[in-house]
Amino acid sequence: MAFEHPYLPQTPEDEAAMLASIGVGGIDELFGPIPAELRLRAPLDLPPHLSEMELKEAFQALGDRNRSTGRLDNYLGAGAYEHYSPSAVRHLLSRSEFYTSYTPYQPEMTQGVLQALFEYQSCVCALTGLEVSNASLYEGGHALAEACLMARNRTGRNRVVVSAGVHPEHLQVLRTYTRNLETTIAVAGLGADGRTDLEEVRRLLAEAPTAALVVANPNFFGAAEDLAAFAGPAHAAGALFVAEVEPVSLAVLRSPGECGADIACGEGQSLGIPLGYGGPYLGFLAARMDLVRLMPGRICGQTKDSRGQRAFVLTLQTREQHIRREKANSNICTNQTLLALAATFYLGAVGPRGLKEVALHGAAKAHYLADRLSKLPGVRLSHTAPWVNEFTLDLGRPAAPVLQAMLERGILAGLPLERYFPGRDREILVAVTEVKARGKLDRYAEVLAEVLGGG
Amino acid sequence: MSEEKLIFEKGAPGRRAATFPALDVPALDEAAWLPEALRRGAPPDLPEVGEQDLVRHYTRLSQRNIGIDTQIYPLGSCTMKYNPKVNEDVASRDGFRNVHPLQPDSTVQGALAVLWEMERWLAEIAGMPAVCLQPSAGAQGELTALLVCRAYHDSKGRRPRTVLVPDSSHGTNPASAAFCGYRVETVPSRADGTVDLADLRPRITPDVACLMMTNPNTVGVFERDVRAIADLLHDVDAQLYYDGANLNAICGVARPGDMGCDMMHFNVHKTFSTPHGGGGPGAGPIAVKEHLRPFLPVPRVRRGSDGTFSLDHGEPLSIGRVRSHTGNFGILLRGLVYLRSFGGDGLPEIARRAVLNANYLLSRLKGRFDAPYGARCMHEFVLSLSRQKRERGVSALDYAKRLADYGYHAPTVYFPLIVPEALMVEPVETEAKETLDALAEVLGAIDAEDPSALHAAPVNTPVGRLDEVGAARNPVLRWKR
Ligand SMILES: Cc1ncc(COP(=O)(O)O)c(C=O)c1O
Repeated sequence: MAFEHPYLPQTPEDEAAMLASIGVGGIDELFGPIPAELRLRAPLDLPPHLSEMELKEAFQALGDRNRSTGRLDNYLGAGAYEHYSPSAVRHLLSRSEFYTSYTPYQPEMTQGVLQALFEYQSCVCALTGLEVSNASLYEGGHALAEACLMARNRTGRNRVVVSAGVHPEHLQVLRTYTRNLETTIAVAGLGADGRTDLEEVRRLLAEAPTAALVVANPNFFGAAEDLAAFAGPAHAAGALFVAEVEPVSLAVLRSPGECGADIACGEGQSLGIPLGYGGPYLGFLAARMDLVRLMPGRICGQTKDSRGQRAFVLTLQTREQHIRREKANSNICTNQTLLALAATFYLGAVGPRGLKEVALHGAAKAHYLADRLSKLPGVRLSHTAPWVNEFTLDLGRPAAPVLQAMLERGILAGLPLERYFPGRDREILVAVTEVKARGKLDRYAEVLAEVLGGG
Repeated sequence: MSEEKLIFEKGAPGRRAATFPALDVPALDEAAWLPEALRRGAPPDLPEVGEQDLVRHYTRLSQRNIGIDTQIYPLGSCTMKYNPKVNEDVASRDGFRNVHPLQPDSTVQGALAVLWEMERWLAEIAGMPAVCLQPSAGAQGELTALLVCRAYHDSKGRRPRTVLVPDSSHGTNPASAAFCGYRVETVPSRADGTVDLADLRPRITPDVACLMMTNPNTVGVFERDVRAIADLLHDVDAQLYYDGANLNAICGVARPGDMGCDMMHFNVHKTFSTPHGGGGPGAGPIAVKEHLRPFLPVPRVRRGSDGTFSLDHGEPLSIGRVRSHTGNFGILLRGLVYLRSFGGDGLPEIARRAVLNANYLLSRLKGRFDAPYGARCMHEFVLSLSRQKRERGVSALDYAKRLADYGYHAPTVYFPLIVPEALMVEPVETEAKETLDALAEVLGAIDAEDPSALHAAPVNTPVGRLDEVGAARNPVLRWKR
């Protein structure tokens, strides 16, 4: 009996006709070029095939073993945020003319994706206040690494100064990407208020020629940086100023462009993209126009067609690996286009006022919660600087058992800082977005009071 | 056929397509909360449209786009196979979609089980014991594996500097090697498209860290000397890399590990049916042999003796992370659904039908078009339109554009770079015989058409040929008011 599968349409009759046209007696003959000793003699040691019904059951069982944010009250952020994404976003993403399409190499047949990418780039420029955006990178950590490599290429220098407020996983990615490029990474610490120490930055910039200064806003601990204060020192030292930013906060925070940044990068997940256990997400990268030829990845541009109509096409491709090979700006090929489309649909849905509402509601709710929590005995905010919707909370005692007790009561109360910063075992990072009704915030405060009181 | 306005040119100030619940906590006094120096001045210039116009705009854009769901997409090297709907259904389940990547391991046992299981499937398919799922796409997989290769040599106190790549290799291979600090040396291929052992031998010196091989290679020919090449490399402790972009030809039939390859990447978005999303996302997990395992990125997925899963961040020799979190989880999940749908028993059937389809289409085309690498192929084949160019004055690009008029997406053109006027065709296993017949007939019909029809093409698409030179010369890369 031939193996039957819904994704394999060839009937035995088709197969016979095709083999006759090829002029061979069986499919096995077509594998003749593979030396016999390299071919598998026994089937792979893997479970047998499943019908669609069985697949759904098996994966439902696996999915049920996850406690989703639908079943837990979640306050985890740290670079991935639980936002409300309008129904239209998901419906538009499921247009299979978009999601089953390849990279738009034949632009006449793929104007839809190309125009949406052009709109995406326009949105990223609007948010960041910069002049050019690429068509996406893998995720925020990758975007940071590529931004630093751009600065390295631009300046011919091989050292970056990075604020300790940059996401620790992004810093790790940067270290991995530059492992074999002899790049020095100097980390500038934070001041007592939770913001990057400007004096230390000045000192590090003066120490050795530097390609880039990187500051995150809001930083990993939640603090809103005075971004503009860093542009002058960076430029005076001949370095590029790279701002890693969170896109929703850009509705209320001064944009990288307004602050004198040369490059902005970040994680775009908060723009309507599901948490999805960490991916696929969206790395974004924008820069001043004079840096465009150093940018990594695809860029979509506007042009005219033979009939004089406006049309869109991938452009400036002489930066890319398929043309430049080992001299390319980056090795990226497949990117995160569909997620760029998701962000575009999301921004199109909420518009400038909606985005500001999302940012302001999140901030108001976060401040409401922080006020309540910091009234609990022994509990205080770790930092004094202004912040948006994420804050570091010092519980005054080891956080791990507290978080465990909160989890037992159905609350993911925050991220233990100890995960990234050994020694900071009393602190947690708490994120609040527009999705939290006041009742949930009140319950968080009450349950924490109870847990702390009971301990 | 008309232009479609940009979303920015539609709508009106004051419109929007999403509202939120009224604020139920005290609003912040913006001035007291954020000092002026930190606050944004003008609001970002984003679209302002109502919901219906939003939906209509992007639905119309989608209608100006084609995908696998609308027609055959025979792009060589891209493995544009059907994207199963059940994969999407599974991935959209609440238990997978709404899970935060930093949740405690105890609350994500299902997600960790998916990762753990995917690692086992890929290891068995690769014939290599260790897998890392982190890389986001093939190119990041290449970079990761090369970093691992470098760390391995470092651990032995060696610093070989050269990576060899065949001239038929994909651009990401040399680009990844350069990103990893290596010098790239290009190896010419023989007339039959394969690596020339005699030419290769003197190049393999102790300065060689790795050779990157695609097998079958990008002209659709199996590198039959792969075992001997591996032995030559191993003699100097160099590594053999397997670029998995063409795994669809051999998956379940032969294993890179058994060929002597030391490391490889998978393109989940090619071989394992996940959608390309108009250019991404993908997933590019890697598999390595035992000697390279200690250097893989962290975190690793562990399974305890009681069957519970956890993430382990501590591996002293690890190269570190190549991205945040554990990878493009949603894509890996879809890939696993696909693998389980075929099972160990069904997997070889994918490669068998893919190779059957490619050879069948080649058999229908080879009378009319020149096939520089012969009458047989693996899962894809390359035609050269040099003769047509010479005799008819029409290029591979002209054929590609004319195909669009007949409603077909073109094969890959001008790749690999070693074939003049290349048309690289990969029909994939999910296409039915009659679809291949129709494509062959259309290609034949185009070949018989007056050249002027090809030069003018496309005429039936929403837009005609684009001024690509103008686009690059005067870059307009965003909308401005
Ligand atoms: C032969 C080959 N190698 C590597 C790649 C790169 O893979 P990705 O696009 O997933 O980064 C491709 C993809 O197009 C390819 O065809």
